[in-house]
Amino acid sequence: MEPTLSHYLLVSGALFAIGLLGVIVRRNLLIIYMSLELMLNAANVALVAMSRFNGNLDGQVMVFFIITVAAAEVSVGLALIVALYRKRQTTDVADLATMKL
Amino acid sequence: MEGTLFNIFAGLAVLSALLVVANPLSRNPVTSALFLVTTMISISGLFVLLGAYFLAAVQILVYAGAVMVLFLFVVMLLDLREAARRKLNLVSLAMGILAVGALFLVYKSSLESTYGEAPQQHEVAEEDQTEAKLVKAVGSTRALGQALFSKDKGFLLPFEIVSVLLLVAMVGVILLSRKEPG
Repeated sequence: MEPTLSHYLLVSGALFAIGLLGVIVRRNLLIIYMSLELMLNAANVALVAMSRFNGNLDGQVMVFFIITVAAAEVSVGLALIVALYRKRQTTDVADLATMKL
Repeated sequence: MEGTLFNIFAGLAVLSALLVVANPLSRNPVTSALFLVTTMISISGLFVLLGAYFLAAVQILVYAGAVMVLFLFVVMLLDLREAARRKLNLVSLAMGILAVGALFLVYKSSLESTYGEAPQQHEVAEEDQTEAKLVKAVGSTRALGQALFSKDKGFLLPFEIVSVLLLVAMVGVILLSRKEPG
């Protein structure tokens, strides 16, 4: 069986759904962050598949930029988590529900 | 052959993604991070199957390499003990699964109604076909570089903007992780 575009899109959708589930259900800030990465990667799979099956390279260029931005995002987000942990000694979102530090 | 490899990589990606989010055996963030590495590597395998060799390499270098090392570093730095296992809020858990499952089903059925009947038409437009041939001829990395940096319809400006973004992120991280801000 040759995998077609819809197969790849299905995998991408499944990965995205799992990531979304992680963001909604899990309570640990780090795991939520990992789920976010999962969702970004799901989008990457969809873009590369589209790019391949339409014979157009713009999708791959887009993925290139997404990977770069995701790397920047991860570094800033993790620095924020570390700064937050220094103040509050927790990474559980239930304990971080106030706006005042 | 390609179908088998696709099944392996896709199955591995989805399975280990599930284990990132809901591991029945361990709730340690390190375990999740390591399963996320597996997911990234499988996704990079999917990229290879799609002919995006450069992106597959970048995926492993950036995600499985840099990003995951950063994650593991932070997890170890924070030294999270298994905080007394909180009772999961069953209602919110059920609602989350319900909402996400419904969303996925909507997506799946819309996929089926779009691509379901009528064998896929890969009748690509004329000019796109020449680009597809270009990809085959020069190898995708070279074609990707040309698509990125060509003068007339390239992405030179976004590329430079992204480099500034990386600089800003670097400065921001240094600022955030100083001991005493201000």
